[in-house]
Amino acid sequence: MNIIVCIKRTPDTETRISIADGGASIDPSGVKFIVSPYGEFAVENALRTKEAAGDGNVTVLTLGDASSQETLRSALAMGADAGILLEGEPTQDGLATAKVLVAELEQHEPDLVLLGVKAADDDQQQVGPMVGTLLGRPCVTAVSAFTVENGVATCHREVEGGTEIVEVMLPAVLTITKGDFDPRYASLKGIMAAKRKPIEQKEAAAVESRLQTVSLELPPERPEGRIVGEGADAAPELARLLREEAKVL
Amino acid sequence: MSNVLVISEQRDGAVRGVSHELLTAARSVASGLGGSVHALTVGDSTPTGADALGAFGAETVKVVADDGFSAYSGERFAAAIAEIAGGGDYGAVFFAATSQGRDLAPRVAALLDVPLAGDVTGVDVQDGGVVFTRPIYSGKAIATVKPTATPALATLRPNVFAASESAAAGSVESVSVEVSDVATATVTSFEAAGGDMDVAEASVVVAGGRGLKDPDNWNLLTDLRDAIGNDVAALGASRAVVDAGWRPHGEQVGQTGKTVAPKLYFAVGISGAVQHLAGMRSAGTIVAINKDPDAPIFQVADYGIVGDLFEVVPVLTDEIRELKSGG
Ligand SMILES: Cc1cc2nc3c(=O)[nH]c(=O)nc-3n(C[C@H](O)[C@H](O)[C@H](O)COP(=O)(O)OP(=O)(O)OC[C@H]3O[C@@H](n4cnc5c(N)ncnc54)[C@H](O)[C@@H]3O)c2cc1C
Ligand SMILES: Nc1ncnc2c1ncn2[C@@H]1O[C@H](COP(=O)(O)O)[C@@H](O)[C@H]1O
Repeated sequence: MNIIVCIKRTPDTETRISIADGGASIDPSGVKFIVSPYGEFAVENALRTKEAAGDGNVTVLTLGDASSQETLRSALAMGADAGILLEGEPTQDGLATAKVLVAELEQHEPDLVLLGVKAADDDQQQVGPMVGTLLGRPCVTAVSAFTVENGVATCHREVEGGTEIVEVMLPAVLTITKGDFDPRYASLKGIMAAKRKPIEQKEAAAVESRLQTVSLELPPERPEGRIVGEGADAAPELARLLREEAKVL
Repeated sequence: MSNVLVISEQRDGAVRGVSHELLTAARSVASGLGGSVHALTVGDSTPTGADALGAFGAETVKVVADDGFSAYSGERFAAAIAEIAGGGDYGAVFFAATSQGRDLAPRVAALLDVPLAGDVTGVDVQDGGVVFTRPIYSGKAIATVKPTATPALATLRPNVFAASESAAAGSVESVSVEVSDVATATVTSFEAAGGDMDVAEASVVVAGGRGLKDPDNWNLLTDLRDAIGNDVAALGASRAVVDAGWRPHGEQVGQTGKTVAPKLYFAVGISGAVQHLAGMRSAGTIVAINKDPDAPIFQVADYGIVGDLFEVVPVLTDEIRELKSGG
């Protein structure tokens, strides 16, 4: 079982975002970067799939700047076998990103390509199904759990009102959402081992972004709220305000 | 001059209400582009409600009704939509940012070789081109983006564009498409999550967190939801209570759960961690009930009660029940 997981370096979800001069990007100073959370779920799923199969290979692939080495190392420390860094600048144009990833994926013959359902920076929710379409492989999105048997992946797909059970023949592309388990922590041994694991680093294929960022703004402040009162005595007043002032009941 | 195509999703043989929101947004873009609005719906029969899309501004309603589309398949549906969208004079194509729309739109974008703006909360036409606004960094910033290829594709976040009527011809026209054989995934079964309304679709969300102390206490929240009406209100949850196994993941709101934009959001016994806010900060009115006056949830709440939820919620439920019955 040959699995490639696409992961992205994104700001920690706790990070405060401020806009850089020029108004079209964020100010990276003081921002802590992590493996985008859904990408981490994807790595965890890949490792479990390999463990269940008893053999195989998990490669992590990213498009990013040189500091994305760290992102790959974090996944290697969790247990992935090798990393590939395509050096380049990801943009909000997910199709441009998908093309770069696909150019690399086509050099390999992965049975499974896993991605996160969305990246925690641009939140586009698109690269996975684009990769599937460009590769000409079936893609199942929003998968919270899956098992592979006899070349078929049986996936739990989270949709409004419930879970679909979806079967797909490998090779296939899956986008991973949160499921029943958390990503594993890297052990000290894992971190040491990761230092010796191979990372191939090369220039990303040049693909132009066709989704220009015109401007970035901080979201409008929510108008100052109000404490209606303390304890159960405030409940009737709250109900009245919701009906008469906010007009939402 | 170019038109705007709205992909109108079906569920159980009917067009979904979110189509009306999309048509409303599409009207403003179509008038900026000097064209008109078309709707397209794909399934195995003409869905209930297709003939009513004209009331929201659809000039024509294109219906693909073919047994080959009886069950949803991302690969096949995308091929059909790309064929129609690519074959007409379309300046923009809008999908709903639902499970289906988010699955479909990126595939159509790849087939048409155009970029896609995901989870859009604002649309506009500037200098003859479509621009979108969309939250990024989990809502901590808002980006304005401009596609430089047409059609401009976007998924629009449900509940953000208020639907309004504006009559157009709405003539229903049947279209046929040829989809060549593609490798697809197959849905073999569906496990309904209790049949309750989904948190991402509800106009009121009653969300609970670790402050409820025990999963057995959720009857407090189901009672509140029922007093509001279980046809409009749904339960939501923080990650802490989902991870503890108290609530199903389908209810989780936040960074690693669902993004919701209801008219009214109750956060009960939820501290308001930044990852929770990521999923609900665009709600219309936010109510917080928490015993800790310094809980961060109060910073985004429009109305707050500082107090013990076990005392506050039952009284609030009774009050709302009474308001509802008294009119
Ligand atoms: C990468 C990442 C992703 C995450 N994704 C999500 C996500 O999608 N969604 C999410 O929710 N979280 C997410 N989290 C977790 C988040 O950081 C918080 O841990 C979580 O939201 C806390 O849940 P809570 O508010 O229920 O619990 P707590 O933080 O423990 O808060 C409980 C609250 O209940 C109040 N309370 C206690 N007793 C009472 C009472 N009797 N009456 C009234 N109030 C009471 C307390 O004052 C407290 O404010 C994520 C974290 C990370 C790192
Ligand atoms: N620059 C990138 N490098 C590698 N994978 C990426 C990159 N951008 C996005 N992805 C993958 O695509 C998923 C969805 O991202 P997005 O469509 O941008 O929300 C992410 O969770 C990653 O798995």
